[in-house]
Amino acid sequence: MIRRTLAIAVKELRQLRRDVRTTLALLGMPVVLLLLYGYALSFDVRHIRLAVVDQDGGRAARELREAFLATDTFDLVSAGNDARALDALFDSGRAQAALVIPHGYGSDRVAGRATTVQLVLDGSDAQTATAVLGYARQIVASAAPVWREPHSLGAIRPVASVWYNPDLSSSRFLVPGLLGFILMVTAVIATALAVVREKERGTMESLRATPLVAIELLIGKTLPYLLIGSVAAAGAIALAWGLFDVPVRGSLLALAAVTLLFLAGGLGLGMLISTMAETQQVAFQAALLISMLPTLLLSGFIFPISSMPRALQLVTHVVPARYYLVALRGIVLKGTGPEAWGMEAVALGIFATVVLLVATVRTVRSL
Amino acid sequence: MRGLLNVVVKELLQLRRDPKILPLLFVAPVFQLLILGYAATQDIRNIELAVCDLDRTAASRSLVDAFTGSTWFRLVATVDAQGELDPLLDSGRARLAVTIPAGFAADRAGGRVASVQLLADGADATTGTVGLGYAAEVVRRASEVGGVHSSIELRPVVLYNPDLASRNFMVPGVLAMIIMVMTMMLTAMALVREVEIGTMEQLLVTPLTPLNLIVGKIIPYALVGLVEVLSALPIALWWFRVPLRGSFFTLLVLTLPFMLCTLGLGLLVSTLSRTQQQAMMLTAFVFMLPQVYLSGFIFPIQNMPHGFQLLTTLVPLRYYVVILRGVFLKGVGFAVLWPQALALLGLGVVILTLARLRFRRRLG
Repeated sequence: MIRRTLAIAVKELRQLRRDVRTTLALLGMPVVLLLLYGYALSFDVRHIRLAVVDQDGGRAARELREAFLATDTFDLVSAGNDARALDALFDSGRAQAALVIPHGYGSDRVAGRATTVQLVLDGSDAQTATAVLGYARQIVASAAPVWREPHSLGAIRPVASVWYNPDLSSSRFLVPGLLGFILMVTAVIATALAVVREKERGTMESLRATPLVAIELLIGKTLPYLLIGSVAAAGAIALAWGLFDVPVRGSLLALAAVTLLFLAGGLGLGMLISTMAETQQVAFQAALLISMLPTLLLSGFIFPISSMPRALQLVTHVVPARYYLVALRGIVLKGTGPEAWGMEAVALGIFATVVLLVATVRTVRSL
Repeated sequence: MRGLLNVVVKELLQLRRDPKILPLLFVAPVFQLLILGYAATQDIRNIELAVCDLDRTAASRSLVDAFTGSTWFRLVATVDAQGELDPLLDSGRARLAVTIPAGFAADRAGGRVASVQLLADGADATTGTVGLGYAAEVVRRASEVGGVHSSIELRPVVLYNPDLASRNFMVPGVLAMIIMVMTMMLTAMALVREVEIGTMEQLLVTPLTPLNLIVGKIIPYALVGLVEVLSALPIALWWFRVPLRGSFFTLLVLTLPFMLCTLGLGLLVSTLSRTQQQAMMLTAFVFMLPQVYLSGFIFPIQNMPHGFQLLTTLVPLRYYVVILRGVFLKGVGFAVLWPQALALLGLGVVILTLARLRFRRRLG
């Protein structure tokens, strides 16, 4: 059994060696993609294009304006005193936010009266708008002294501290997610064509004539890709650690184990697709649809699972990347051990076993 | 012209013969739209909250109520000692922890500043940042109830999308993704398949000109793409209630130059690969992922390093995203969007020329 499995693995490796482009793509892609997107992706809000409409024109108004422009969060794109100019700026997208300081702002401040400023936001990019509003609130809060009603209670001051990622750098949070995404897509795509190619070229018949059983064929075909995937994953993790400042606080062994389970699940899923499809075109479409979208959307990589509707939260339980991300962020950022992510590792194991079993059953039927 | 039509018919027949591709072509977009419409939300709510109330007074309890009463937070645990918060944050069961120190009520009653400790899980930076912002807002309101006000009120006015629903933008974005996947990928694979199976030679000995062959291969998939968008659009408009403020005609006309680019890229890929596997990898990794990530669809372009910002000018989806946002949410038309349309046309012509050159070289 082992000999026959190995024979298939060797055959697959030989085929891979002849197709240099594919092998190089599988080996190099994770590293290249991580390098590319690790730099490009960030949710840190900076360089927001701000228009200022200063209808007051006094010193206090200028100070507030300077408070907005003091950091690199906002870049001034236009300054004036006519709010009607804003329409065109927002329609064309030249401004993303506008600060409107009304007439009388300065005198209110001098007299110690409460006053109002307006912040206009481009809601068509909801996510940036939300973040910008948060920043603006902070700036205004620190520019404004508090005033008290008579016999007021003491103010409450929030003292915030952040664990695991103290400067809340979004790349430290996104890079592990990106890693999971890239590994999943590469793994599924790698095996999605493995069986269907034999079908399409007609070589499945010759395999059928050999004494191979289904499980040998599947494992033999999966092994070379597991090897390639592990090498690629190791490279990508090293890159994340060396270049993107993602610490590995937990154990490397745990990291390797969880990553192998995740890869096995991805490769198994690719195999399953491959046994179900008749043509490579179908297999590819299905592979992209099944691996890319759920991993991008339903894993907690970009969109928080807790904000999704209840039914969709249930669906996320069959997305392996969901578990991998919890374990990966746990090991890498929090330095936690199996007591924190043990269940996730078990879930990954179950996923890999189930998809490989179903793929085997499907192959038995077609053999 | 007859030759062109024959290729189109042959391609459509082949599409029909594969029983699995049709459901995939038409079910997949609807499925994508539904999932994305519901999942792709940056509106962060229900952040898992743990509370450690060391004061245990009416004042501290009312602050806890202020947290749990908002839709921003969902209480998952109440503990009696600060040390018990660690495992909650470690396992990710809680994302934010609030500690109210002993003496909180006494400080407030005495008119002194009372502090409250907020502890955020930074491993999820987005939720962490937003969660801290929400918590600060809850605390500020609680402070205000006690009679302490900020002297400047910031009054936000949100244009185009007043309740800041990310769905209103994400759903039109899916339409772009569908067009891209279908036109680019199917075109690429349709041509490479002929090479791989060996039927390309047969096609070449027919009196078809290369142009006939290329255009004939493109048209069916352009049609499929259009039909898909037209079938997905009602879901976007009526199920998700995404407003279409601009005109449908503008949307349709401005979609054509985008499709020119994606079809061209599909052709280019097919001239660069010898097997369907290669074609697939090339489209997925070199042409599709950059479009998703570098288009400003999810990640803001202005945050990228300068070199990457330059790179995004070569990404067709970048311009189409601006067009979609403009037509759907801002209700603007050609007067504002002509630079994007022009950029897409330019890119499309360059891509098609490159593909044509490569194609000819391969035939020769």
